[in-house]
Amino acid sequence: MAVLTEPVADTAAGTGVDFSFSEDQQLVRDEVRRFAEERIRPGIAERDRQHTFPMDIFQEMGEMGLLGMLVPEEYGGGGVDTLTYLLAVEEISRVDPAVAVTMSVTNSVCCWPIVHFGSEELKRRVLPDLASGKVLGGFGLTEPGAGSDAGSLKTTARRDGDFWVLNGEKAWITNAGFAKYFVVVVRTNPEAGKRGLSAIVVPADAPGFSVGQPEEKMGLKSSRTAQIYFSDCRVPAANLLGEEGQGLKIALATLDHSRLGIGAQAAGIHQRALELAVAYAKERVQFGQPIAANQAIQFKIAQMATELAASRALTYAAAVAEHTPRAGRLAAQAKVYCSEAANRACQESLQIHGGNGFHDDYEISRLYRDVRVTTIYEGTSEMQRMVIARHLLQR
Amino acid sequence: MRIELTEEQKLLQETVRRFAEEVVRPRAKEIDESGEFPRPFFDQAGELGLAGVAIPEEYGGAGMDTLSYCLVIEEISRVCATSGVILSVNNSLVCDPLLKFGTEEQKKEFLTPLASGKKLGCFALTEPGAGSDPAGMRTTARRDGDDYVLNGNKIFITNGTDADVALVFASVDLALKHKGITCFIVPADSPGYSHGTHEFKLGVNASGTTELAFEDLRIPARYRLGGEGDGFKVAMATLDGGRIGIAAQAVGIAQGAFEEALAYSQEREQFGSHLSDFQAIQFYLADMSTELDAARLLTWKAAWAKENQKRYSLEAAQAKLFASEMAQRVTNKALQIHGGYGYTKEYNVERYFRDARITEIYEGTSEIQKMVIADWVLNKA
Repeated sequence: MAVLTEPVADTAAGTGVDFSFSEDQQLVRDEVRRFAEERIRPGIAERDRQHTFPMDIFQEMGEMGLLGMLVPEEYGGGGVDTLTYLLAVEEISRVDPAVAVTMSVTNSVCCWPIVHFGSEELKRRVLPDLASGKVLGGFGLTEPGAGSDAGSLKTTARRDGDFWVLNGEKAWITNAGFAKYFVVVVRTNPEAGKRGLSAIVVPADAPGFSVGQPEEKMGLKSSRTAQIYFSDCRVPAANLLGEEGQGLKIALATLDHSRLGIGAQAAGIHQRALELAVAYAKERVQFGQPIAANQAIQFKIAQMATELAASRALTYAAAVAEHTPRAGRLAAQAKVYCSEAANRACQESLQIHGGNGFHDDYEISRLYRDVRVTTIYEGTSEMQRMVIARHLLQR
Repeated sequence: MRIELTEEQKLLQETVRRFAEEVVRPRAKEIDESGEFPRPFFDQAGELGLAGVAIPEEYGGAGMDTLSYCLVIEEISRVCATSGVILSVNNSLVCDPLLKFGTEEQKKEFLTPLASGKKLGCFALTEPGAGSDPAGMRTTARRDGDDYVLNGNKIFITNGTDADVALVFASVDLALKHKGITCFIVPADSPGYSHGTHEFKLGVNASGTTELAFEDLRIPARYRLGGEGDGFKVAMATLDGGRIGIAAQAVGIAQGAFEEALAYSQEREQFGSHLSDFQAIQFYLADMSTELDAARLLTWKAAWAKENQKRYSLEAAQAKLFASEMAQRVTNKALQIHGGYGYTKEYNVERYFRDARITEIYEGTSEIQKMVIADWVLNKA
């Protein structure tokens, strides 16, 4: 019988609980916050309106080392720990969640699986350019008919000498049209079901690769999302990650990791929604006093602040437990909690803003749109709950 | 950032869990029904060092840290919330302020027996007309030579039926409102001290909750804890710490209920499947575990902040608010998973469900926590 008898994160005894950040972590957080305020905040509303993908910003972020933070230094990356990376995602997201998603995708679902499952040759070939921001990365798992049920995907790859030949399409691909490398999961053995999938790195300049029209989305409008197509698309055999048949395993491991990035993204949005609510509540006067004098407003703010503390605690705890047996459960817990809490926070912050919150001139209206997807992508809330339950029931 | 226990904390956790399973669990249901104060439990807990977990050994305590204290309260509350609050009050609300504000003489005379569990303490702040707003208290303390003379009534005093020592808050000058509040160490055998009988409540039923009455109760001035007028400060600082204990209690109650629900869902069959095969039940369990872990982390964070002399007032309020409301939701879901059986006395979940409710009220209601938190976020952060 599965009974959860151990407290939270770690089962092994160690040096004790410590909720502080290292000096390096604080430095990175402060530096990224300054960069986000100075370089990302300007023009943000315009980019959102025009759906402008800010390539110049990504160039700068690449130079700062923000696009390959988890890549070991020998491949040109930052070699930082997961928590440091999450603090950076949180700070970028606090200013522009659309920039944060491109950052998160390049770091978490493109570089990360290549680092962990790529051959030495492949790592030396692609990681330096990704980590330095010379090129962006992408990830292709979802298909029109295979969303949460990733195992049912239909895109195929067949071996032809020293090449893989891909046919099919992938949907909802972040950075499509801008990314140079996509980690895609395809079917290499039609007979083997979930064990017939493999993960392959596809360069955007491979013959037979093409990108569809940008999707019109509710939020994250300055991020790019489109379908990608493979039509007898030829990719070097050496671009396989891991071994043939390990595609689903690699995808799920990658998502376990990347969920932390979405947790951090949601926490960044949550933080900003709270800041905006506090500032507005103190400045807006009704009935002769700032609306912050009303207990109804105070209690909304208290609730938002408390849930933010819970979100961060879950995300950071999951980050430092990343290599323990509980990592999968903790990451799913962090993702579902952070994303749902951030949605509530944006809802409440917008409510505190009243009619102004519904106006495009107010930042909260954009955050309210942007935050919505956090409960959906990289595994819906429902998928997270399935993952958590599976861990609890030891299935 | 590290979320791992020390060897010593792990060992403590295991020891307390064994004690809870072997000594506390067998009597949990019985004392809930009878309301009988479990003094033997307190005595045994004292022998294990659980009456003053974070009190230095030189004053009879176990000399451990605040997080260790949380582990103790969680493990005891996991099997019996009543026993959890009895310990929490003695540790947080009695020993802590004595350590922080007491003179050396007061520590020797009172803290040592309390922290070693030879005596039981209670904390007497609340009055019929002064709950969340202690400034409205009517209990008075009149200086008379080398003595103070106390008159008044306190209600809802946990451990009140059995306490040997009470920390009593009284006003030296009602006109001064909260600035007149002063804290006194009152031995329960003082002439003029009396307590009522145990009151039956919705939950934590054997916690000895009762009223205290002081009728020309005379104590020497050296039993005053802190200065005249310092009582409000003493009470608020004490409750900041106490909230961490209640958060740990809420986590323990929820953990106990969660474990029972998880086990039950894997035993009970309906429609030819175990309950745990149904997605609705799986999602309940997923949410329960997520909120439970979040609450535990917030509690640990507040404990860590207190231990390291960082600000913890905001953290304690957030932990208490979140953990208590979490416990209410988790015990409710645990009962729901048990269906009709959950509503009967045959299973433990109805007790957990009742016990969880008070954590949203005592040592500062959820509304008071939100006032504290909003004040930090709006005005101090």
